[in-house]
Amino acid sequence: MTEMPKSKGSLLVQDARTKQRNNSESRFKLYGIAAISVGLLMLMILLFTIISRGAGAFQQTYLTLPVQLLADKLDKNGNRNLDEIKKVSTFGYAPLMSAALEAKVAEVGIETTLKPKAMADILSKDAAAQLRNFVLAKPETIGTSLEFKFLTNSRVDGYLKGRVTRASIANDKNINAEQLDLVDALIADGSLGKQFNLDFITGSDASDARPEAAGMGVAMVGSFFMMLVVLALALPIGVAASIYLEEFAPKNWITDIIEVNISNLAAVPSIVFGILGLAVFINYMHLPNSAPLVGGLVLTLMTLPTIIISTRASLKSVPPSIRDAALGVGASKMQSVFHHVLPLAAPGILTGTIIGLAQALGETAPLLLIGMVGFIASNPPDSIASGLMSPNSAMPAQIYEWAKRADPAFYERAWGGIIILLVFLITMNAIAVLLRRRFERRW
Amino acid sequence: MKDNVISEYDVTPLPIKIAARDVQVYYGDTHALKDVSVDIEDKTVTAFIGPSGCGKSTFLRCINRMNDTIDIARVTGDIRIDGEDIYDKRVDPVQLRAKVGMVFQKPNPFPKSIYDNVAYGPRIHGMARNKAELDDIVERALKRAALWNEVKDRLQAPGTGLSGGQQQRLCIARAVATEPEVLLMDEPCSALDPIATAQVEELIDELRENFSVVIVTHSMQQAARVSQKTAFFHLGHLVEFGDTDKIFTTPEDPRTESYITGRIG
Repeated sequence: MTEMPKSKGSLLVQDARTKQRNNSESRFKLYGIAAISVGLLMLMILLFTIISRGAGAFQQTYLTLPVQLLADKLDKNGNRNLDEIKKVSTFGYAPLMSAALEAKVAEVGIETTLKPKAMADILSKDAAAQLRNFVLAKPETIGTSLEFKFLTNSRVDGYLKGRVTRASIANDKNINAEQLDLVDALIADGSLGKQFNLDFITGSDASDARPEAAGMGVAMVGSFFMMLVVLALALPIGVAASIYLEEFAPKNWITDIIEVNISNLAAVPSIVFGILGLAVFINYMHLPNSAPLVGGLVLTLMTLPTIIISTRASLKSVPPSIRDAALGVGASKMQSVFHHVLPLAAPGILTGTIIGLAQALGETAPLLLIGMVGFIASNPPDSIASGLMSPNSAMPAQIYEWAKRADPAFYERAWGGIIILLVFLITMNAIAVLLRRRFERRW
Repeated sequence: MKDNVISEYDVTPLPIKIAARDVQVYYGDTHALKDVSVDIEDKTVTAFIGPSGCGKSTFLRCINRMNDTIDIARVTGDIRIDGEDIYDKRVDPVQLRAKVGMVFQKPNPFPKSIYDNVAYGPRIHGMARNKAELDDIVERALKRAALWNEVKDRLQAPGTGLSGGQQQRLCIARAVATEPEVLLMDEPCSALDPIATAQVEELIDELRENFSVVIVTHSMQQAARVSQKTAFFHLGHLVEFGDTDKIFTTPEDPRTESYITGRIG
């Protein structure tokens, strides 16, 4: 005798328990959507802020003037000997620039009471140096007259970008209202205006007085050499360590301790690696200060745990049946790892490595301690050795450096630098995603 | 009395390929295999049957020392192939596995082409001097595994793209390509449908001409169909070993009888 089960009631009517379950499920979904929305909102605000503040750095105000490159000033002996031309300093070029501006003012018919010296102040302190560099690169232009784009002062640049207004310059001794009148007249003439600023991407840092000339280029090269060091050291060491730990090492308390320590290492604040680098690489091994080689070594230490952890995870994800299959046909342990397991784990390893590199690329704190931050206006290195050994900065350190300078023009450059850094990071992450998609295998 | 082989177990005229004496296997503290002694003949299909966890796969994995890859496994006793102790210190397990091939429960082709799957073993053992020889080896192995006609036009297609039964025959081809003397099969049909199972069983019968085949199976019908000798394992003991006909018709041990009539297991 079994009891008849109680009737469950109509399926068309939800009972209280079902309703409760459904409600709690939709509530949970709502929490999830809310959390994601907050995250997305923050991301939008962040991106909007970065782009709206940094985009200006990619445009710069130039004054295009015809300039007479007088041979008797620039090459007194007239023999076009580069060494002799080099003896003429920027002070030799400034009068030419000033004369060009005076001629322009006269030609357009602008009425101003400004003295020539005050007129020339609307141009950047770097403009004469740029003209000199141009002439040194093309000595054949001496004696001719040509159109040259002179960089303007950061205040003029700020005036065109809306950062500087006639009201805000009351106490500014770098520019006055009359100079702005001149600027307005030159804008009307069409010779002064904003253009794409390639120098910001390729140039080097500039001193406090000439923010308009500062660029990320050399810091980018510094970052590149550091990444080269990190890739050359962290990838082979990390992968070799992971393969040994995962495939060959006996599982005992020693490997357990190593494993725990690798995980801990990944959580160590990066500044600790910086002070380690200072103590070991600079103070003990006497490697040069501020060199990308040292930066790269420090970042290698920092990246290693990331690479080891991701490599071990991807080795673990290769099904054991593949190892059995290889061993079953008489492959040695090493053959089974290098012929089968490693190729299958490669996409994961590459992804982990690129993520690790991207992390290292954005790291600032350890660079502070090994002197890769500060005013380092070096020229682009001419060889790999000098790229590794000569003082340089790195992208995030350069951004930090600009952000702490007083002139608001540097502030814009810091945001612009962040845009460049983000472009690099997004590119690297996109490569990681593509590699993963491209090489992912199914079994 | 022959050298290295204890003759009291010799009951058949066929030469003994594998002789095991008092084999014990421990996984950590678990005593998985207890006092197993058995003689496996050459050119014969020997089936290991028994309920799950009885130690039949464990014993199979002792024969090519696959248990070495498990850190906590410990094997004692004596297993000889052609009179040579395979647990001797001088024996390299890698060399042993070239002589004792293995086919696994789940088809596990490498995620490479059909050709490369079969050619892998011969390549690493340096069995071919040139491409033509390797081609021959691959063709012969695929023919032995009764797969050649199905794949000869797409040797460069991925091995993982084949059906389950084809994948398992590919694994058999891969195992026979290295010219082993013993072929171990760990439930080779458990992941296959009945038609694929029939094909693989037919194949096993043909493989007997060249190899000593040891097969672990859950299916007593399969054991009865393909094997000449059957060993019944229960709770880590080898309970009964003898001619397949005899085991299935007049088993000596009551446990064997209970198992084959479906009362235990």
